[in-house]
Amino acid sequence: MTQVFRTPDKWRVFLKNLVAEISKLGVDSIPLVIIISIFIGAVITIQMTLNIVSPLIPSYSTGLATREILLLEFSSSILSLILAGKVGSNIASEIGTMRVTEQIDALDIMGINSACFIVLPKVVGFVLFVPVLVVLSMFMGLLGGWAVAKFTTMLTVENYVYGIQTMFREWYVWYGIIKTFFFAFIITSVAAYYGYYVKGGALEVGKASTNAVVSSSILILLADVILTKLLLQ
Amino acid sequence: MIEAEGVSKWFDGQQVLFDITARFETGKTNLIIGQSGSGKTVFMKCLIGLLTPEEGVIRYDGRLLRNMNNNERRQLRMEIGMLFQGSALFDNETVLGNVMFPLKMFSPLSYREQLERAQFCIRRVGLEATADNKYPSEISGGMQKRVAIARAIALNPRYLFCDEPNSGLDPKTSILIDELLSDITHEYGITTVINTHDMNSVLGIGEHIVFINKGHCDWTGDDRNIFRSTSKSLNDFVFASHLFQEVKRFLEREAEAQEGQS
Ligand SMILES: Nc1ncnc2c1ncn2[C@@H]1O[C@H](COP(=O)(O)OP(=O)(O)OP(=O)(O)O)[C@@H](O)[C@H]1O
Ligand SMILES: [Mg+2]
Repeated sequence: MTQVFRTPDKWRVFLKNLVAEISKLGVDSIPLVIIISIFIGAVITIQMTLNIVSPLIPSYSTGLATREILLLEFSSSILSLILAGKVGSNIASEIGTMRVTEQIDALDIMGINSACFIVLPKVVGFVLFVPVLVVLSMFMGLLGGWAVAKFTTMLTVENYVYGIQTMFREWYVWYGIIKTFFFAFIITSVAAYYGYYVKGGALEVGKASTNAVVSSSILILLADVILTKLLLQ
Repeated sequence: MIEAEGVSKWFDGQQVLFDITARFETGKTNLIIGQSGSGKTVFMKCLIGLLTPEEGVIRYDGRLLRNMNNNERRQLRMEIGMLFQGSALFDNETVLGNVMFPLKMFSPLSYREQLERAQFCIRRVGLEATADNKYPSEISGGMQKRVAIARAIALNPRYLFCDEPNSGLDPKTSILIDELLSDITHEYGITTVINTHDMNSVLGIGEHIVFINKGHCDWTGDDRNIFRSTSKSLNDFVFASHLFQEVKRFLEREAEAQEGQS
């Protein structure tokens, strides 16, 4: 695996691959992120409104709680778990297929460092692009909550907007982004590892991609605990 | 010339290659023949260094493969072209992209020259310009083999390895591919090593033949003396098909006739 982090053989080819990976792994995930974030944002807002009924709690708490959940957990950790399913299985099956059809051997035999050539653009590309997804998810989640305020009578828009602005701490956004850098690295490198070391045929590629998703999800949860302890204390 | 000396290879405690010694000559089409599962692919992968044999040495024109450092190995690999059993074309590149790939990575040529070289190689293996922009999944198996050959010769290799270049192809296309490999070998003086279990290829282009049986090298020779060998395993292999059974009967009758005369 140390072979991955070498200087690429040809920078022009590397940059071209990097752009391709950013588009495939990052840009192509945008629709999924938008849809999931809007709906989860909306659901959180509804849940909060229904559960906060005590007259002692100010009504702007709904917006505030929605924001905190999105910023602290959903748009980083939960989103990463979802992306582990999409991006992780994509990477593992793609690299696994290259392995079983001997495309990786073909690279090796040309004298190319195959691990670096295939894996590095994926890791770097996704890690670079993932902050965009996080910020997008935060924004879309808040938009989902706003839609609930706007189109139902559960709470007023002014109330919600006031809530999501109250006691705002910029650090939480950074916290989400920093966490996701680690998660993105976990997703891509674990998936690449499983794909690169596939032995056998198409069946094993499927298994590798399942294993990659399971392992990276567990690692993400572990890393979440550790990072939260480190970053928020 | 490529030499293998006493090559043995184990997988998980099971021995697959047994002390194989063989020589592959420059400017000739060298064939490795043997039944399915006899260890041809494993032996070829040992030759090019994709697998490391537990015992034995391999020399490329006197250079010991095992003693090479990473840089020398890279250098050597640029001199090697390889055609894999399953073609191993890059799915996400077009035909042209596949053939240009090694040029893009290693040659100092300008983009225009790379393009010309790639197109030259594609024409050389007999593919039309209409195929250039298709993806590997959109062309037939025979065409994929040709593209893989074009990719293997793009950098003018000194050593060319082909793992079953004509398996799964019809007899006519097989012969075309064999002739192509033979032509390229003689034209550029390449050391070509071809894995095959096709007797047609053996008779067509078998200038030097190494016969592998269950991981043992049982016989070496050429297409002229393959029918006259005394090795039982080779005779079983050679005369397995109906056609060659006929040939065998003919040879036996001929021998009897000669005995009768003398
Ligand atoms: N990676 C591996 N791990 C374990 N055993 C292997 C491996 N690769 C090959 N073998 C074993 O080595 C033996 C020789 O296989 P090999 O692929 O070299 O056969 P082959 O002569 O190329 O056959 P074919 O003509 O069908 O391609 C087989 O018994 C196979 O099971
Ligand atoms: Mg084989």
